Amino acid sequence: MSTEIMEFAELIKTPRVDGVVLHRPFMPTVEGTLCLTGHHLILSSRQDNTEELWLLHSNIDSIEKRFVGSLGHITVKCKDLRVIQLEITGMEECLNIASSIEALSTLDLVSLMYPFFYRPMFEVIEDGWNSFLPQNAFKDLESMTDEWRLSEVNKDFSLCPSYPPLVAVPKDFDDETLKKVATFRHGGRFPVLSYYHKKNGMVMMRAGQPLTGTNGRRCKEDEKLINATLRPGKRGYIIDTRAINVAQQAKARGGGFELEANYPQWRRIHKAIERYNVLQESLIKLVEACNDQSHSMDRWLSKLEASNWQTNVKEILTTACLAAQCIDREGASVLVHGTEGTDSTLQVTSLAQIILDPGCRTVKGFQSLVEREWLQAGHPFQQRCAQSAFSNSKPRHEAPVFLLFLDCVWQILRQFPCSFEFNESFLVLLFEHAYASQFGTFLGNSAAERARLCLPEKTVSLWSWVNRPQELERLTNPLYEPNSLVIWPSVAPQSLLLWEGVFLRWNRSSKCLDEAYEEMVHIIEYNKELQTKVNSLRRQLAQLETEDPLLHTP
Amino acid sequence: MEHIRLPKVENVKLLDRISHRRRRVGTLYLTATHTIFVESEAGVRNETWVLHSLVCSVDKLAATPSGCPLLIHCKNFQVLHFIISKEQECHDIHLSLQRLSQPESYDELYCFSYKPNVDEKERRQEWDFLDLKADYSRMGLPSSLWKLSPVNQHYKVSDTYPADLFVPESATPPVIVGSSKFRSRGRFPALSYYCKDNHAAICRSSQPLSGFSARCLEDEQMLEAILRSNPCSDFMYVVDTRPKLNAIANRAAGKGYENEDNYSNIKFQFVGIENIHVMRNSQQKMLEVCELRSPSMSDFLEGLESSGWLKHIKAVLDAGIFIAKAVAEEGVSVLIHCSDGWDRTSQVCSVACVLLDPYYRTLRGFMVLIEKDWVSFGHKFSHRCKHVVGDPKEVSPIIDQLLECVWQLMEQFPCAFEFNERFLITIHNHFYSCQFGNFIGNNQRERIELRVHERTHSLWSYLWANRTDYTNPLYRPNHSQTQGLLRASTSPYSFKFWKGLYNRFDHGMHPRQSVEDYLRAIQEETQQLEEQLSSHTQAIGVTEIAENLMLAIIKQCFGACYVAAE
Repeated sequence: MSTEIMEFAELIKTPRVDGVVLHRPFMPTVEGTLCLTGHHLILSSRQDNTEELWLLHSNIDSIEKRFVGSLGHITVKCKDLRVIQLEITGMEECLNIASSIEALSTLDLVSLMYPFFYRPMFEVIEDGWNSFLPQNAFKDLESMTDEWRLSEVNKDFSLCPSYPPLVAVPKDFDDETLKKVATFRHGGRFPVLSYYHKKNGMVMMRAGQPLTGTNGRRCKEDEKLINATLRPGKRGYIIDTRAINVAQQAKARGGGFELEANYPQWRRIHKAIERYNVLQESLIKLVEACNDQSHSMDRWLSKLEASNWQTNVKEILTTACLAAQCIDREGASVLVHGTEGTDSTLQVTSLAQIILDPGCRTVKGFQSLVEREWLQAGHPFQQRCAQSAFSNSKPRHEAPVFLLFLDCVWQILRQFPCSFEFNESFLVLLFEHAYASQFGTFLGNSAAERARLCLPEKTVSLWSWVNRPQELERLTNPLYEPNSLVIWPSVAPQSLLLWEGVFLRWNRSSKCLDEAYEEMVHIIEYNKELQTKVNSLRRQLAQLETEDPLLHTP
Repeated sequence: MEHIRLPKVENVKLLDRISHRRRRVGTLYLTATHTIFVESEAGVRNETWVLHSLVCSVDKLAATPSGCPLLIHCKNFQVLHFIISKEQECHDIHLSLQRLSQPESYDELYCFSYKPNVDEKERRQEWDFLDLKADYSRMGLPSSLWKLSPVNQHYKVSDTYPADLFVPESATPPVIVGSSKFRSRGRFPALSYYCKDNHAAICRSSQPLSGFSARCLEDEQMLEAILRSNPCSDFMYVVDTRPKLNAIANRAAGKGYENEDNYSNIKFQFVGIENIHVMRNSQQKMLEVCELRSPSMSDFLEGLESSGWLKHIKAVLDAGIFIAKAVAEEGVSVLIHCSDGWDRTSQVCSVACVLLDPYYRTLRGFMVLIEKDWVSFGHKFSHRCKHVVGDPKEVSPIIDQLLECVWQLMEQFPCAFEFNERFLITIHNHFYSCQFGNFIGNNQRERIELRVHERTHSLWSYLWANRTDYTNPLYRPNHSQTQGLLRASTSPYSFKFWKGLYNRFDHGMHPRQSVEDYLRAIQEETQQLEEQLSSHTQAIGVTEIAENLMLAIIKQCFGACYVAAE
């Protein structure tokens, strides 16, 4: 630990500057002392009731500096899309601060990340690291069906480095067969169970692409395994999240798709969900459009369109609806994959579950979904969320795959405002923590990496913090009424809105909308309060009457 | 009835707009007032009624093997796609509907045959529900600065203006008449809104007939009088709502705009709202986008952009904000005009009023506002909404844009309005439906000639009677958003597409659960609970009194016994 602290100290050229002026959206300008620590940029005004700035270095996406005379301006652009300005007098101080922030915010070494240093200031009621263990999820499955088993074939992560140690697979397939299948799937991602639809026993599976290559390699075990998930006489759908030409091109690199001749009981459908840099580009353009100050309607609409963000939302939701439709309406099982099976595949499988399974629309259920379908399923969070919309560096593996998923959930939430136990704030919170956090939950790229990093022992889980009454209260939707039905969102362009809560959060004041939310809460709270009062009076009255049978209310 | 060539067709298919594979089969009826489609599926009796006066266009498309398609577009944005099996029947329905939906005279309009179960006395009371004079006295008028002028009695000065108008105290009849001769259609500057807190006023007129150099002493005096009616301010704004180029072009025709040099202490300003033709084409383009059957996101956004619709909405709102700020923050009076002063001028006056005065954000206040700035000041409803057959170039969705500006504000300020979206949509429907007499004709004089108040019903009292349907549950009269000036944002991203209106009948596009309905149900329950609470409290009180009384009696008895025993 001490060597690490040494390391930070070397990076901090000037730990402290007085008389720094801070400008940020919707808050008064503050003047105070700027301090740099190993993990935070802190501005303290030393006045008790002024807001202070505590910014995680890991939340900083990029910084820009310019000078007007000896007055330096540093623009700090954050991964949560906030932009703040610092005014520092003195060129040397300013340059020192800027280069320190730059160095501290681009530290690559995971073990130096803040979650390893963070000590919770709250009482952990329930350790989030143990809240969503696969074996517990499997118990629920066992109560519905005996067709699946939990395999330990990947317990040392050797078969599939991006899978968790425990996965649900068809009961009749032994681990030896799974090993063969794994060699035929990208990244060793053999088909595993993603979701069991209790209503009709249909299932959704996910995998990596089959490694058919240009000469149409086959794998009998793969075919058997996939077929084994079908009920007698039933057909299934393979949803390939790539456009057919993209899937064709993948063959040249050893990948490919299932030929219908080899999987006669399955119908393959191609959808075109964008990947990696295309999505990152889309995010950058969208945020740029939102920050455009030109005030021209034409420019805004054309930039919004050109960003393709809403197109991506529509495409992902459409594909998720398709998967859900196959399962619920057609009574067919579904296998979803793209190339690696760690991005668009997970968007589709997780959103389909939101649509189909009321359990996923509760606070805990949604956490469990994120845990199962994203964290355990091997979405490489650390790579995807290394940079956000303001990054100047060339994107490597960055992509707002998870943010798009959250956006899609928000769209469904907007259309079914009473069917979710959580509110928009919960989705925004997950976005923030996926990109920068004091908690270890989103560190690493897979279960294997998280195990190697000993996260459960060395860091605090986001869920430990969230699942406390005071936080839950803030994140709970007051309108929630459990809805056991499948909820079909509209994917018409008119129905899909720009997620203001994330993309315009720092551009326009949300005061009036917040007030409306409070008003809504107030209406509901007041109703509950009256209900309690009336009930207690009713009891009191009944008691009075029974105490004295002679008396009757007039 | 003579226009109905075929009153009934069986085995007609009504296609779902989005997915044509989904269709309902039933019988189509034509009545004197409605087209009615009755679904013949066993079980539910599902009926679709469409008022003839709401029909905008009827198109017969090329016959297909399954029958002859008939496409009906309505002014409330409903689109009905029928398939009629026999070509001849389709032809007859087409011709009948074309005639029925295009009344040739006012007397054919639905409002003159619409007879709800209301007696004559009540009907007359409906028209007393709103009183514009009461609104002016709410503003504090007449006062020492503004007076009610009889100059336009019998519509002698301007036949498109109302009979009762407020003018500056110092404006004499010769000045008014002189000014009116220098203004298009005689629409001289008159008061629209007065802010009694700071004496700033919003006045409206048509363009001056200034040409390249013409002047009019009385008109200059009229503006001087307006300026003097605001003792706190030494200048006033004159806002021409047209794009500068349009206004300049008007000069060649002997019209134009005020020359700052000729009027003392005015600040002249263009705000650049496009004319009725641009607006008509823009909405048409936008509606084409709304009607695309399964558009991609790009189709939709590109179409929305190229329609220019939201740009126009923003222009109207920007203008309203400029005026509201001038009045509320600078305390400066404003004169607004466009060309004739009945389209853009009405929009901008109303938007400014909504921003300025919380009263206009209430149910009743908004009705008053439409009555004031639109109905009484002669917005040409019958021309703009094509109530009767006429020049298609006169048709334009100017009033739609007012409703949309208000809706955009409601999206920004969810607690500021007493009414809800449904209220706006219902009003929109009735601008076009001709069911009520309020919007028949083009000005007050025409409505008097048509004896609208004697022969028809009023929308406002109908809306008031059903106000629970139109109330925003988040509204509270003492909420901070309900007070004072609304500071709206007009950043482009603050504007949304109003699917609630333009895709009103595409139910699948709307949220499946309504927060508003949910809250309204809760509020109703809360009200019941409040009643129960007070009755229980009372009952407990009574019981306790009775119990105490009983105890006292028992004590007394026991006491007596005790004494007796002793």
